[in-house]
Amino acid sequence: MRFCVTPIGPQGQHTEDHLVKSKFIACHECDLLHHVRVIPDGGSARCIRCAALLYRRKDNSIDQVLALTITGLILFALANAFPMLTMRLDANFQETTLLTGVFQLWKQGLPGLAVLVLLTSVLLPLLKLLLLAYILLPLRLGMVPPATGPVFRLVLALQPWAMMEVFLLGVLVAMVKLSSTAEIIVGLAMYAFGFLILVLAGITASLDPNTVWERLEVR
Amino acid sequence: MEMQLPIASLAGLTSCHSCQLLLHRPPDGAAHAECPRCGATLHMRKPRSLARTWAFLVASVIFYFPAMALPIMTTTTFQGTRHDTILSGIYYLLTTGMWPLAAIVFFASVVVPILKIIILIMLVFTVQRGSDWRRRDRTRLYRLTEAVGRWSMVDIYVVTILVALVRLQGLAFIEAEPGAVFFACVVVLTMFAAKSFDPRLIWDKQER
Repeated sequence: MRFCVTPIGPQGQHTEDHLVKSKFIACHECDLLHHVRVIPDGGSARCIRCAALLYRRKDNSIDQVLALTITGLILFALANAFPMLTMRLDANFQETTLLTGVFQLWKQGLPGLAVLVLLTSVLLPLLKLLLLAYILLPLRLGMVPPATGPVFRLVLALQPWAMMEVFLLGVLVAMVKLSSTAEIIVGLAMYAFGFLILVLAGITASLDPNTVWERLEVR
Repeated sequence: MEMQLPIASLAGLTSCHSCQLLLHRPPDGAAHAECPRCGATLHMRKPRSLARTWAFLVASVIFYFPAMALPIMTTTTFQGTRHDTILSGIYYLLTTGMWPLAAIVFFASVVVPILKIIILIMLVFTVQRGSDWRRRDRTRLYRLTEAVGRWSMVDIYVVTILVALVRLQGLAFIEAEPGAVFFACVVVLTMFAAKSFDPRLIWDKQER
């Protein structure tokens, strides 16, 4: 469901307060001010001028994302512990895990590329899951963990750089490319990886940053 | 439209880039203002947005040529050696009858980076000219550019997987080549370019 919100009139622009309380929100893409209205659970509000997403409402965002994060961490361990693909060419077998390609790139003299792949396909997605767990688990128990502000900012900043789903597309393309010359055996890690992509997509869809920000005190 | 719209910057307000908390604008000349809720540094607009975006764009255009011209990988089999660029890899997919895959890779590796660079150049250029041409559509284009850029990394991952799988000495061996490095640089630089651009600049002129 989509809801439009009406912008506030010129007369309602200021309060006596040091802060303009959370009654208003400025569109982060065109700076137009809007009243924050109560919208139904699962709904979202968009800017009336440029249609950017202003805010969403997800009542049990923390529960959902926490559950998905823990599932994601388990799947992440599975995806890294077992072979992902095996190539068979006659009597020769070649096994690969998530990290094999990174080692190979490094060995072949492209360390920069190896580091970029390691970061975007392994380390940053893992960091995102760990940091989410660090924030959401205490929040779920009614506590605010130290440094929530900077940590959650980092989580949001990591978003575009964790590219596991792009990696999955790359794996599929590589499999099809090889399928005419060799037999490809799909390993357990590949299934874990596939489910992990779904879980990560679920986290993106269920995460309502406001539910975290609202728990922080304004100093 | 003569109606005066309530614009945060004109009302002396600014919102935090991270948590969207609406605040009174920090006084001009304040060296360092922090969001009282999440601790992010406060800016009215992303700092030196246009200069940064230009810098990343110019760099990505320079890297684009070697990325397309140099081979991204070399395949050695008992039949001989084969060098593949981004484009020849797509052509190979096409000739082996896998055209849907060829289309996906062509879109992600060729169309997206070029379109991204062209759109961002257009956005920076129109902002610098103070243009009021189709602001809403330009903002939408920006949003799209920011969202799809990461999918260009797919070819880098294809090379990573192939390099990991195909290393049967004497039978078949695939090696990554510097073209892949240049291509990765293009993707990362265009992502930084999109991040540096502040879409609010598209709307700013109208309000003065």
